[in-house]
Amino acid sequence: MVSQTEPAPNLRSRMKAVRTQNIVKTFGDVVALDGVSIEFEEGIVYGLLGPNGAGKTTLIRVLTTLLKPDAGTAEVAGIDVIENPVAVRHRIGLAGQFAAVDPFLTGMENVEMVGRLYNLSAQEARRSAEDVLDRIKLMDAANRPVSTYSGGMRRRLDLAASMVGRPQVLFLDEPTTGIDPRSRLDLWELIEELVSGGTTLLLTTQYLDEADRLSDRIGIIDHGHLIEEGTSNQLKDRLGGSVVEIHVQDEDRVAATAALTPVGGGDIRTEGNSIVIPAIEGSRTLAAAVRRLDEAHLEPRDIALRRPTLDDVFLSLTGHHAENGASPEVEPAPTGGRRGRR
Amino acid sequence: MTVTAEQAHRVSPGAAAVHTAVIAKRNVLRVIRLPQLLLFSTVQPVMFLLLFNYVFGGAINLGGAPISGSSAYINWLIPGILVQTAVFGATATALGLTEDLTAGVIDRFRSLPMARSAVLAGRTIADLVRNTFVNSLMLVVGFLMGWRFEQGFFKMLLGVAIALLFGYAFSWVMAAIGLITKTPEAAQSAGFLPIFPLVFASSVFVPTDTMPGWLQAFADNQPITVIANTVRSLMIPEEALAFLDLDQGALIAQSLAWIVGIIVVFGYLSVRQYKKSVG
Ligand SMILES: Nc1ncnc2c1ncn2[C@@H]1O[C@H](COP(=O)(O)OP(=O)(O)O)[C@@H](O)[C@H]1O
Ligand SMILES: [Mg+2]
Repeated sequence: MVSQTEPAPNLRSRMKAVRTQNIVKTFGDVVALDGVSIEFEEGIVYGLLGPNGAGKTTLIRVLTTLLKPDAGTAEVAGIDVIENPVAVRHRIGLAGQFAAVDPFLTGMENVEMVGRLYNLSAQEARRSAEDVLDRIKLMDAANRPVSTYSGGMRRRLDLAASMVGRPQVLFLDEPTTGIDPRSRLDLWELIEELVSGGTTLLLTTQYLDEADRLSDRIGIIDHGHLIEEGTSNQLKDRLGGSVVEIHVQDEDRVAATAALTPVGGGDIRTEGNSIVIPAIEGSRTLAAAVRRLDEAHLEPRDIALRRPTLDDVFLSLTGHHAENGASPEVEPAPTGGRRGRR
Repeated sequence: MTVTAEQAHRVSPGAAAVHTAVIAKRNVLRVIRLPQLLLFSTVQPVMFLLLFNYVFGGAINLGGAPISGSSAYINWLIPGILVQTAVFGATATALGLTEDLTAGVIDRFRSLPMARSAVLAGRTIADLVRNTFVNSLMLVVGFLMGWRFEQGFFKMLLGVAIALLFGYAFSWVMAAIGLITKTPEAAQSAGFLPIFPLVFASSVFVPTDTMPGWLQAFADNQPITVIANTVRSLMIPEEALAFLDLDQGALIAQSLAWIVGIIVVFGYLSVRQYKKSVG
């Protein structure tokens, strides 16, 4: 469905990290995944972007062998997740939506334990745990009980645990949801460092800025459908180029919207005190907008021609906004009822 | 990508044993590092012991059983309390599992190349370790209250072991309940549902022969009476066995049958439920 630029030859020859075909998963009446097909090579970061309830976690659970799909096929690192789950588990790491670390163990003990469960010997587990804790910058706190960690540190520890088995493909489900903005930036930097080492990563997020910053390729998912896919730039181009964005005074908003409607050609949007119209004719649309405002004796606070943001893409595709990354809402603690219900 | 046979198939038994030990260690550490948890799991059985012995003890008629003179009831009670404590303690299995389920820990475990049975076995083994500690403490308190073992140290130890093994078997019942109920709150109440009638309609606290006929029929044939009688038969004076109509050898055999039977049936059910309930 998506026209994509041909990958470079060396990319094309690389092995697929993930390949799914028409994955369907329903829970009672809820269709969580409605025929999802995604595919990406090793060595890239794939960002799955979608609002709450879009099906992101469900897809991760299928790919990490936690959930059998009702229909469709899925391969991770070239291995069928349904036919051969144990082999897949040897090659993956998962950090779920909620940090699955034990508060009464130390950071080191947590990571070492996961290493042992990856069948590393006691010494190997220890060495690997030290290595990942060092990379994740938790070595100083390694011997403290996790109950003394902040939320951001717990997420980092969870990330460390998911990497201790040196997985071929790493899955991070909403790695920064529910943590404070400062820790979020730290975590982004960490993830960037990790992937610069060539780790293959599938991450899900509700935040555009996160997907934009971390991913080589972005898939937008909504209501169990993959509705668009491509690099951040491809997605923005697909919206049809630039937009004109006009900021106005509060009291001018209604009048300005009325004045600009002919310029927008029906596609005008308002967000608070800013008005966005597609720049169908580029700078001429900008000039037209200035003229119309002038005629209406309205003075904009700011007017600019800009490339569309991922949010514009999201809105045009789904009809609603994505979450605003600037103020991540703090999610309530997980409750197991939903997770486990069938 | 080629898949080696070892990876394609189940986890080897050796690896499964390591995984079980790793999980058991984690769960034991939890008990050790949260002393409040251990404190409250010991306070309750000690309270039962004190209340039953000093509040009801004087009023309970053992029919003149030649158990141990003036402090006869404590010698009736201790074997029963050991079983009760082990069975109550088994509810920790349901609680611990549901806590792991809700915290997403089980998801992590299930994404790892580890044995499916290890999460459950590691949990039940850790609860056995904790139960062993609590029951040892009960013996010390019981000793101070006048309890004595009359058939030698080895038989006493065998009795304690049977109570603990039954508690272990009951942990598998609790594992199944936890995996079905899925939340700690539900597991807490559901876990005690089978426990109360089994523990109280039994010979744990009182002889069954004063119960109405229909209840006595149930009490005499359910596993907790069998286990409590077995433990008792290994601790009270030998001359009391005939008086109380306890056949030690037969009781031990029945106890082991119950223990093995429960582990097999509920072990199977739990592992099956574990595989499907979480995905
Ligand atoms: N175990 C489950 N039982 C019932 N419904 C579920 C279950 N898991 C997910 N769902 C439903 O499936 C949809 C997709 O959920 P999810 O994959 O968790 O979305 P996301 O991770 O994108 O927020 C939601 O409507 C959710 O309520
Ligand atoms: Mg989710």
